[in-house]
This record gives sequence, structure tokens and C-alpha cells, in this order.
Amino acid sequence: MENFSIKLKVWRQKNNKTQGKFVDYDIDDLNEHMSFLEMLDVLNERLISSREEPIAFEHDCREGICGSCSMVINGKPHGPLKGTTTCQLHMYHFNDGDNITIEPWRAKSFPVIKDLVVDRTPFDRIIQSGGYISVNTGSAPDGNAIPISQEDALYAFDAAACIGCGACVAACKNASASLFVSAKISQLASLPQGQPERDKRVVAMVDQMEVEGFGHCTNTGACEAECPKEISQEYIRKMNWEYHRANIKG
Amino acid sequence: MKLYFSSKIFQKALAGLSGGFLVVFLIGHLAGNLQLFIPGELGQKQFNAYALFMTTNPAVIALSYITYTTIILHSIVTIYLVFKSKLARPIKYHVSSGNSNSTWASRNMAFLGTMILIFLIIHLRSFWYEMHFGNIGFDKWGNKDLHTVTVAAFQNVYYTAFYILSMLMLAFHLSHGVGSAFQTLGLNTSKYKKSITYIGKGVAIIIPLIFASIPITLYVR
Ligand code: HEM
Ligand code: SF4
Ligand code: FES
Repeated sequence: MENFSIKLKVWRQKNNKTQGKFVDYDIDDLNEHMSFLEMLDVLNERLISSREEPIAFEHDCREGICGSCSMVINGKPHGPLKGTTTCQLHMYHFNDGDNITIEPWRAKSFPVIKDLVVDRTPFDRIIQSGGYISVNTGSAPDGNAIPISQEDALYAFDAAACIGCGACVAACKNASASLFVSAKISQLASLPQGQPERDKRVVAMVDQMEVEGFGHCTNTGACEAECPKEISQEYIRKMNWEYHRANIKG
Repeated sequence: MKLYFSSKIFQKALAGLSGGFLVVFLIGHLAGNLQLFIPGELGQKQFNAYALFMTTNPAVIALSYITYTTIILHSIVTIYLVFKSKLARPIKYHVSSGNSNSTWASRNMAFLGTMILIFLIIHLRSFWYEMHFGNIGFDKWGNKDLHTVTVAAFQNVYYTAFYILSMLMLAFHLSHGVGSAFQTLGLNTSKYKKSITYIGKGVAIIIPLIFASIPITLYVR
């Protein structure tokens, strides 16, 4: 279908000191093969040519791996399609005449910088608090020197698929960062390379998550349902276990 | 360790442990209530003797204090956590995702818990308070006649309806709570996940259903 139309309602906010508001935009000549971000690009070009401020949104890879294209589309982080980032969402998933509301991630820990762009540095600080893993330096190690079972490898790999986008925080009614933090913790805790700092790491990362002011996990499962990488709540179970274990061991 | 006790993961574990204890308490309470199914004088005699035992046996008294403490702990910890989580999302979404990514019960545990708390207060006033401090009569065998008080309470259609409605709230609370507690405590491993889900749903249906069937029986009897 060529030339279909949508009615957009987009959150516009100059900076984190000013109040934001929704602004309506009608687009009548969309191509259904555009990605969601391309649709915004087209709108922005029009705004620029009519000397209006373009809509600020984050994007980088546009292939679903960097995790920067954060926005809540009709109440869903990264839009209606399961297991998909906004950049990989195409307009043929919408219908002619649809109303589409776009909001930034909403969390106290992710303040709006501008329009749809939020400050996700709390995630960076959590990663930093995790520190390092101990490895021997010297010549490059042999690829398969450390045996790792197939199950452990897959378990760690599924956790490592997290792209740090923050959709889990956005989806959670408590703005909890548990899915993200648990994926990062589990990835290393389930591999031999992660063992030396295993206890120290989980305590440091969870404590940093606390300091950043994210909410707690009530196990609603909204994070897993909205995560573009479909990270499992299993890792939250694992994080809880690891955190208690490390603290009780002392 | 410094932040362990102030961490929400620790506090949530308290919510899970106290909730789990309360589920065990409910099963015990339900087993006792089953005696209300016994009709006639035999039922009256047995139930009142049981009530006497439950209010005088030192082990049961100790257990009852643990239970009161657990209810208070569970309420305070969970309401505190809910309050904290509200602070984490000061600006709400314009469009809500509704039931598309989570169950209604999982999102409304605080509402359901508050309804249960209100029920508990009324429930304790009706029976616990009457048994301990009320001016209730004695049965032929010389025991306080809680049985007659109970049967009389459930002759009132509104009181019976309120009880049944409260059991519905409990059912929803448990439908999320039981499985959630296992997850909170890190026990919901992939090996047991399926069984835990079934046990959780089973407990959530069976316990409130049997509880509710007793006042219905008393009402229609
Ligand atoms: C006999 C009564 C009750 C039982 C058996 C029970 C059981 C449970 C269980 C098993 C959980 C799950 C804990 C977890 O996710 O780890 C839970 C959560 C919860 N309960 Fe209760 N509960 C009862 C009464 C109450 C009361 C009176 C309140 C009142 C305020 C309450 C409020 C909550 C809340 C808000 C949660 C969610 C906590 C969270 O996820 O942060 N519950 N309950
Ligand atoms: S867990 Fe999923 S939703 Fe959360 S940051 Fe990682 S990829 Fe994004
Ligand atoms: S722009 Fe990189 S994941 Fe969407």
C-alpha cells in the first residue's frame, strides 16, 4: 500500500528543566516499507524545512544491536512487535489512519534530556561497578582451553544478548532495572571466567542499581514480554539467588 | 553486606518468606475450619472444643503470635516497597500497555493485599475478638459457643457475600503471589518452573474455594 496516513502524538520537551507536552503531527503520504525511524526522519525533514525544531530521538546501528532507539510506542517500549527494536519495526505493522502515541522511557532514574531522548548513564555506572574479570595476560589463549558445557554456554549467551536498551525499565510498572542487571550478572556468573569476582560483582552491581533509584521487581513479567532480545526472567531469579548467596557468605 | 538489609532484593525476600508462611498458615486454618462441615450437635461440640484448644494450648498461642507478627511484617514490607516503586516512576505513561504484557493480579497486589487486610480486621473482630473478649454463651459441654456465633454470622447474606468476595481477592493475590515468592527467593529454576506455576495456580484456586464453600454451606443449611 502506497501513501497511507497516520496521526502521531509525540512527546516534545526542550530539556529536563522545562515541562514537556504532546504535539500532534499528521502524515498523509507514508510508504509502508519505511522503518519507524525512517518515518520519523521524514517528519523531521519536513519540520526542518518549515523551520521547526526536529524531534530528538536516539539511534545508531539501525539493525537492532546497539539498543539506542528507545521510545514507547502506543504504550509499548519499542512498539507492538515482539522481540523487535524500534529501528527494526516497519510501518506495515500499522494500519491506515492509526493514531500513534510516542513517549520517552518514563523512569526517575532516566530523566528526559530532550523529546524522546533520556539519560541512560545509570546503566553505564552499574556496568562500571561490576568491575573486571581476572584473566592471564600474555600471548593469546587457545580458544577452547577452558571447557564450558553446552548448557552453560547457551545460558550465558542468551543473557549476553542484552543490548542495554532500557526497555525493561520502561515496561516495568516499578521502573525496575532487574532484567538488565540480572542479564549482565548472570552472563559472567555462569562462565568459568566470571568466577573469581562472582560474589563481589553481584553485590556491587545490585548495590549500584539500588543507589540509582530503580524500583524493585514484583515479577510481573512485563520486562521479559517487552524486551527486544527476549531476555528471560530466569536471570532475575538467578540474580536474587546470587545476591543472597554472596551476602550470606559474607 | 553494608547495603544488604536496606536493599529491595532483601526486603522483597522478606515479603516472599512472610507470604509463604501465611500460605502455610492458611492451609492450617482451613483444615480447622473443615470441622464446620460437621452438622448438628456433634459439629457444635467438636468445633467449640477445637476453638478452646486453639486459644489455650501454649504452642498454638506461640504460633499465633508468630502469625500476627508475620501479617504485620508482610503488610509493612510490601506497602513500603510499593511506595518506593511509585517514586521510581513519577511521570505515568499516556498510553498504558494494560494486560498485554502482565496479568492484572500481578499489577494489583497492593490493592488485593489491602482488601485482604480489611477482611482480616473484620474477620478478627467477628470471631477472634468474640472468642477472647466477647460476651458469648456456653454450649452444653461448658465450652464457649463460638460455633453458634459463626453459624449466626453466616445467616447474614451481606456478611456471607463479603466473605466470598474476600476469598476471590485472596485467590487473585495467591495466583500471582505463590509463584512470585519462589522467583523472589531464587527457587523458581527452569527445572521446577512448570511445576511451581501449576502449584501456584492450584493453591490459588483450591484454598479460597474451600474457604468460601464453608460459609455457603452454613448459609444454605
Ligand atoms: C493471608 C494473607 C496473605 C497471603 C497468604 C499473602 C501472600 C503473598 C505472597 C506469597 C506474596 C508474594 C511475595 C513475592 O512476590 O515474593 C505476596 C505479595 C504481596 N502481598 Fe501478600 N499475602 C497476604 C496478605 C497480604 C496483606 C494483608 C497485604 C497488605 C497490605 C499484602 C500485600 C502484598 C503486596 C503489596 C504484595 C506484592 C509485593 C511486591 O511484589 O512487592 N498481602 N503476598
Ligand atoms: S534486558 Fe532486554 S529490555 Fe532490558 S536492557 Fe537488556 S535488551 Fe533492553
Ligand atoms: S538503532 Fe541500534 S538497536 Fe535500534
